[in-house]
Amino acid sequence: MTQLPLLTVSDLRTYFYTGAGVARAVDGVSFDIAAGETLGIVGESGCGKSVTALSILRLIQRPGRIEPGSRILFEGQDLLTLDDAGIRRVRGNRIAMIFQEPMTALNPVFTVGDQIAEVARVHASASRRDAWSRAVEMLTLVGIPAPAERASQYPHQLSGGMRQRVLIAMALVMNPALIIADEPTTALDVTIQAQILELLADLQQRLGTSIAMITHDLGVIAEVASRVVVMYGGEVVEEARVETLFAEPHHPYTEGLLHAMPRVGRRQERLAVIPGNVPPPTAWPTGCRFRDRCAYAWERCEREHPPLYHIGAGHVSRCHLADEPERRTPKRTAATATATAVSVGGGPA
Amino acid sequence: MRRFILRRLLHGVAVIFIATTLSFFLVHLAPGDPFSSSLESLATDPRVLAARRAAYGLDRPLAEQYVRFLTRLVTGDLGPSILAAGPAEDALAAAIPNTLVLMGTALALGLIAGVALGAWQAMRVGSRADRAVDTASLVVASLPEFWLGLLLLLLLAGKFRLFPTGGATDYMHDLMSPGERIVDRLRHLALPALTLALLSAASIARYQRAALLDVLPQDYVRTARAKGVGERQLVWRHALRNALVPTIVLVGLSLPALLGGAVFVERVFAWPGMGRLAADAYDARDYPIVLGATLVGTALVTIGGIATDVLHAIVDPRVRSR
Amino acid sequence: MRPSRFDAAALHDASVPAQVADGGTIPPARVAWRAFARDRSAVGGVIILLLLAVMAILADHIAPYNPRTLLDPIRLKNVAPSLDFPFGTDQFSRDVLSRVIHGARVSLAVAFLSVIAAATVGTAYGAIAGYIGGWIDGAMMRFVDALLAIPRVLLLIAVATLWGKVDVVGLVVLLGVTGWFGVSRLVRSLVIGASEDEFVTAARALGAGHIRILTLHILPQVASPVLVAATLAIGNVVVIESGLTFLGMGVPQDTPSWGGLFRDGMDAYTAHWWVPLFTGVALVATVLAANLVADGLRQALSPRQLPAR
Repeated sequence: MTQLPLLTVSDLRTYFYTGAGVARAVDGVSFDIAAGETLGIVGESGCGKSVTALSILRLIQRPGRIEPGSRILFEGQDLLTLDDAGIRRVRGNRIAMIFQEPMTALNPVFTVGDQIAEVARVHASASRRDAWSRAVEMLTLVGIPAPAERASQYPHQLSGGMRQRVLIAMALVMNPALIIADEPTTALDVTIQAQILELLADLQQRLGTSIAMITHDLGVIAEVASRVVVMYGGEVVEEARVETLFAEPHHPYTEGLLHAMPRVGRRQERLAVIPGNVPPPTAWPTGCRFRDRCAYAWERCEREHPPLYHIGAGHVSRCHLADEPERRTPKRTAATATATAVSVGGGPA
Repeated sequence: MRRFILRRLLHGVAVIFIATTLSFFLVHLAPGDPFSSSLESLATDPRVLAARRAAYGLDRPLAEQYVRFLTRLVTGDLGPSILAAGPAEDALAAAIPNTLVLMGTALALGLIAGVALGAWQAMRVGSRADRAVDTASLVVASLPEFWLGLLLLLLLAGKFRLFPTGGATDYMHDLMSPGERIVDRLRHLALPALTLALLSAASIARYQRAALLDVLPQDYVRTARAKGVGERQLVWRHALRNALVPTIVLVGLSLPALLGGAVFVERVFAWPGMGRLAADAYDARDYPIVLGATLVGTALVTIGGIATDVLHAIVDPRVRSR
Repeated sequence: MRPSRFDAAALHDASVPAQVADGGTIPPARVAWRAFARDRSAVGGVIILLLLAVMAILADHIAPYNPRTLLDPIRLKNVAPSLDFPFGTDQFSRDVLSRVIHGARVSLAVAFLSVIAAATVGTAYGAIAGYIGGWIDGAMMRFVDALLAIPRVLLLIAVATLWGKVDVVGLVVLLGVTGWFGVSRLVRSLVIGASEDEFVTAARALGAGHIRILTLHILPQVASPVLVAATLAIGNVVVIESGLTFLGMGVPQDTPSWGGLFRDGMDAYTAHWWVPLFTGVALVATVLAANLVADGLRQALSPRQLPAR
């Protein structure tokens, strides 16, 4: 991309100040999204991807706080320095968000059309009639049959897939430059999931919108993303073009995720798992945060927090294996990984 | 929607019918009858009493009496009132509007103040102001109506003489100009309505605050925020509409208690309503009025209940299909 | 759905508390007790209630004077609060403090007993209706709906008028008989919710009889919300009883009770403000305490949800 990226997240830190300690949910995350591209953000639950998404639109509420030093550059301004009115002008207008649970994301006491039209009324000062026709237009765009009638219905009268389409319609009203989709298909059936993804891809092609697709499902990434960011422990651990990521994953975590995907046609006796659990965000391990679950970890991993190493064109990985590739020999099987987590032996295998 | 209203109306009719039947059996299970207990009856010749009893069909089988009771009720005949020295229904008819005015005003004031206060608190939850108001409303909500009424009477009417000490109108009322008359009525209404309104507002505020705190973290509020809706709009339009639902339900369920409270307040302020009439009727052993008051009270509560149900359905569309 | 911290609706609305319907489980007694003990206002409420109860039981020993004695009808009537008479004396030269203390005995006893009666009747009625279901349930509940629509105070006045003067026992019966409707609706909803639980189906599959299922499996789920409702009711009934006595139809006038004190004090409340004031403070303290305890119980006993991911 020769032009400036649409969105640049720079060293984003979002901490939650709870009774149990400070949870560093997002701890120094940086990435770009170019105009018209789909960036996939992948990771397990608890890695900070949703919090990252919410931070972009400053939707983080007490006791969470976006730490000073973070920067989110969008269309030439730092979103974190805008006043309340300023960020509200961006929300739903230049950057729109689609949430995970269509069941609960819509207000049950307003009609679907009303809720979509509200975006136009808030941002374009549209009259009721104009806003309403825009709402119906959006419903048509997302492929809902009989849109005029549907617009007068309430959320509880629609199916899950239709509700998600409504949320997408709501996001598109002002033709935003960026849509952040936080696990948009997780709560839906597989068949509906496919439809929604197809819809998003289609809309992107037609309208040129950038999409930040947040998910834990690599299958979704494979289908829609052009570039991928893998998150773990509140950090970016790998970033690459999607083909590269699937063909030549570098970070052991990415490797683990790919192996953990059940593949049709492949004979497996057991699903491979990444041993252990995500550590709590109130107490990230020292050094590399993945080391307790990593098959290759050695003493350097506990001592030294790995920076993002440059692997290839547009491919970075937060792993010391980039510096010492000869260490990529599994010292332990998956079964013994947690047992030996405490004493990462030094010396050659 | 229309079917919903119809169903509720039928339900209400059934309720009133059952309550009426209950009252009938209540009366007939009681020792004695209308003519045995009043002072007047004791002094009358037993043969005249027997004739009166026969005239009222009190010597007939129960079933027949029941039918007569119902037919009389439909025509609005509640029987003779000793207290009012005339038909009981006339005395009640004069008193009911006063109670309605009192309760209506109290409910309206209490609802507006309570909802606004609850919302105000929810927007600043955890702050010192919020906690102070919370404590205050807990205390106020725990006050007995007659005690609060007495207190207000003592202070505002007795000590500071801002308001009259009782009744609905001044004894010079008819000589006043129309403007003065309105002011006079309002001055007399103020304290009793304020008493009931304060109590309602306190419990509604507590309830509304809780309901809003329940609603504000909901996903759909977050969606609205992500759309660019401002904080105040979020609370007053998006959150409140949902949070009002449990409050409406609460108000509907507490109508009987509100009417009960009105009885005490009417006594304290000598407000000429149904409650005071019933209390006086008790003193006079006048049970056509007492019974009539009970039935009218039930009817009012039922109508109020239907109204709140309809309001509930208007605010929350999910209810309509139930 | 996130668990609700404020489930006032669970109490006032006679429908199933949302948490139980969503499949939460009521925490064990130990956990609930610890949560309750941490709630300062709830503990405060319990202390107040205990103090009042002690005061009521030991009234004869605590009260400085006999509440019915006219101490000195000429010189000691309507004395303002002083060292000798902390709450003053009334127009019959009776010591108000002693009357308030003894009044607690009657008012609290009446409230407590009638609430127990109402809770028992209501629970039984509601459990039967909810468990049997079908048209019997419908009919039983329609009946309760009708009773609920009758304003309780008016009903009490009507019954009092018809039956003549009531003594204290009669009052307890009356309050009990008019107070079970709300509880029955609450219990019915809870029983319906619990009946659909899987462990009931499992118990039935193992051959457990109806009574066993009801008492062992369903009623424990009912106990907590009923306890909360009963605590609130105590405060409520104390006020109603006082109000009725104030109107002249409650406790007989010679027995000291808070409502009776009010009634006596109504005559010259502007000049002799201490009678209604101190009585009122006692009443308000009782109701406030009951409310605080009920609040604390409700929060401590509210079903825990599994944390959402």
